[in-house]
Amino acid sequence: MIWAGSKDLLNRGVLVRTVLTGAEAVAHGVKVCQPQVVAAYPITPQTHIIEKLAEYVAKGELEAKYIRVESEMSALAVVAGAVAQGVRAFTATSSQGLLFMHEMMHWVAGGRLPVVMAVANRAVGAPWNIWCDQQDMLSQRDTGWMQVFASSAQEAMDLTVMAFKVAEGSCLPVMVALDGFVLSHTAEPVELVEPQEVEAFLPPLDFPLRLSHHDPFTLWPVLEPGLYHRERRDLFKDHARALEGWAAAFERWGEVTGRSYRPVDGYRLEDASVVFLTSGALAGTVRYTVDVLRSDGERVGLVNLRLFRPFPYDHLRESLASVERVLVLDRAISYGAEGIFSQEVRSALGGICPVQCCVASMGGREVTPEVIEDLYHRSSIVSEGVVLWS
Amino acid sequence: MELKYPIVEHMEPGHLACAGCGAALAMRLALKVMDEKTRVVIPASCWSIIAGRHPDATLKLPLIHTPFAVAPSVATGIRAALERLGQRDVTVMVWAGDGSSYDIGFGALSAAAERNEDFIYVCYDNEAYMNTGVQRSSATPPGAWTTTTPYPTLKVERKKDLVGALVAHGIPYIATASPSYPQDLLTKFRKACGIKGFRFILVLCPCPTGWRMEESKTVQVGRLAVESGVFPLIEILDGRWRLTHEPSWIPIEEYLGAQGRFAAMGEGEKAAFKQWVQERWESILERLDASGSSPVLSG
Repeated sequence: MIWAGSKDLLNRGVLVRTVLTGAEAVAHGVKVCQPQVVAAYPITPQTHIIEKLAEYVAKGELEAKYIRVESEMSALAVVAGAVAQGVRAFTATSSQGLLFMHEMMHWVAGGRLPVVMAVANRAVGAPWNIWCDQQDMLSQRDTGWMQVFASSAQEAMDLTVMAFKVAEGSCLPVMVALDGFVLSHTAEPVELVEPQEVEAFLPPLDFPLRLSHHDPFTLWPVLEPGLYHRERRDLFKDHARALEGWAAAFERWGEVTGRSYRPVDGYRLEDASVVFLTSGALAGTVRYTVDVLRSDGERVGLVNLRLFRPFPYDHLRESLASVERVLVLDRAISYGAEGIFSQEVRSALGGICPVQCCVASMGGREVTPEVIEDLYHRSSIVSEGVVLWS
Repeated sequence: MELKYPIVEHMEPGHLACAGCGAALAMRLALKVMDEKTRVVIPASCWSIIAGRHPDATLKLPLIHTPFAVAPSVATGIRAALERLGQRDVTVMVWAGDGSSYDIGFGALSAAAERNEDFIYVCYDNEAYMNTGVQRSSATPPGAWTTTTPYPTLKVERKKDLVGALVAHGIPYIATASPSYPQDLLTKFRKACGIKGFRFILVLCPCPTGWRMEESKTVQVGRLAVESGVFPLIEILDGRWRLTHEPSWIPIEEYLGAQGRFAAMGEGEKAAFKQWVQERWESILERLDASGSSPVLSG
């Protein structure tokens, strides 16, 4: 896929185009941001990211301390220590590893550390499953991290770079998600960004709370309830403010690379009555299915939720202002309730239209256009609140 | 001893420790030989509280609090960042309790030691989860009462040999210390500061609250631990063992009898406790012998 705006730059030889897996694309995005510390612990399907970074460091293409830790919890703790000391740092994980980090994730967000972490989305056990769904990431919904979902290898690379920008501008951590295997292991054409281009986009890290002996202070001490409450209020408010940070980053990134992004993407929404809502690589399949259904005369469209935290309420309401029904293709569930995206979207729309939950895939169950079409037809005869399974 | 008792203080009065806290005393002493650039890393422990409630700060040093299990990993990140920033002369010190070191953070401790990370790891060992109100840890000695080993159960298992575990990692410096022997403690911390790589110091810190003893007895009970042979003061530099203080071999009963936590021990438990101490000494003497530094022990 060539992005319209970047054709020019490509033709002029400014951009280098190659074929990379999602994992390699993330690693390249990390490399050009020049983190000083990388903490690595392997887990499928993330492993290729940290392996590629190890190769960059070994070849001298990335000058960083590369620390091979004994657990994911420690990976995030190493990154936290490095950022607290004032340098940019990176790690990546998946599934069980992400769950193992859970305590540290709250600590990083509460500590206001601008950490960037890639997450190759994968199901969680038991039973064992290495394939893609989003239960790992959405189980971390309330840790105070920002969450963006990539739909392609190109996006995975671009969002990684933008994540550093937004994280460091807001002192909030970011998880950049890419579908396990579907994106992490699939090679696609990618336009590479070179370090000098990123230089114009991403200034050096200036973390205001970094440890210093010139003005010694205590990071993360006991706070009495009133102050703690205020800290949490600030964290909450700064999340909402970070929407502006993403908007600014998307815009600037468009200027630098010619590739534009938005918190929410719409496809064939202009006269759509039923709109699929999904995220990640699944958006590509749904896009194709929308075309198929359109050719059958169905007035359908697609919304791809790229930014999940902070939640882009206004963008979503705007995209879905005049539709009759939203069909959410969930890949993460709140057991005893319904799909997590479904709940979020219904809450955001505030009754504008019915929001139906379709559990599209757990643990990598294949979602073909036929599966989506089937969900579409079944959904038309059930009411809101009935959870459909593919 | 050549080392003078430094007047420098990096610890303020008015800290939040219980009266007679051995861990507060140990920190005050240790910091006397550290410089003002030192980064202190503290996982969940009594010291999370002792260090003060914002905006009060007990230490006049950059300090970072961490979750229970990951202090060595956070210290690794700080060390790595300092290296990339070209600040190699800054000392990083983890100051962790026995709950963190022996139990929940043992994996991270082992991993940092295995990587030979360049920082000092201090385990201030008060032999139970004292901050949560005296629960058994794997550092609790046999025969001890805690709230999770209440009478008549008591702690059955021997105390984990953490020094032995660290020895197995082949790190450059390991020492044990006691705030009841300040010169010995200061010498070891000063020596540790001058060594590169992973340095481990185990400091036995009497806890009046958990050991069930008078607040005024902290230093005295610390001495009884050492003189009875229950807590050997040793140093292992590049694998060479050295005894830094020869015990006077007072009866172990004097140490046990000074603390309420051992009050419920019967003769059987006392015999088992002594057997444990004796076996440890046999092992230590073998190591000392192998290092060519056998002390002449009477008793």
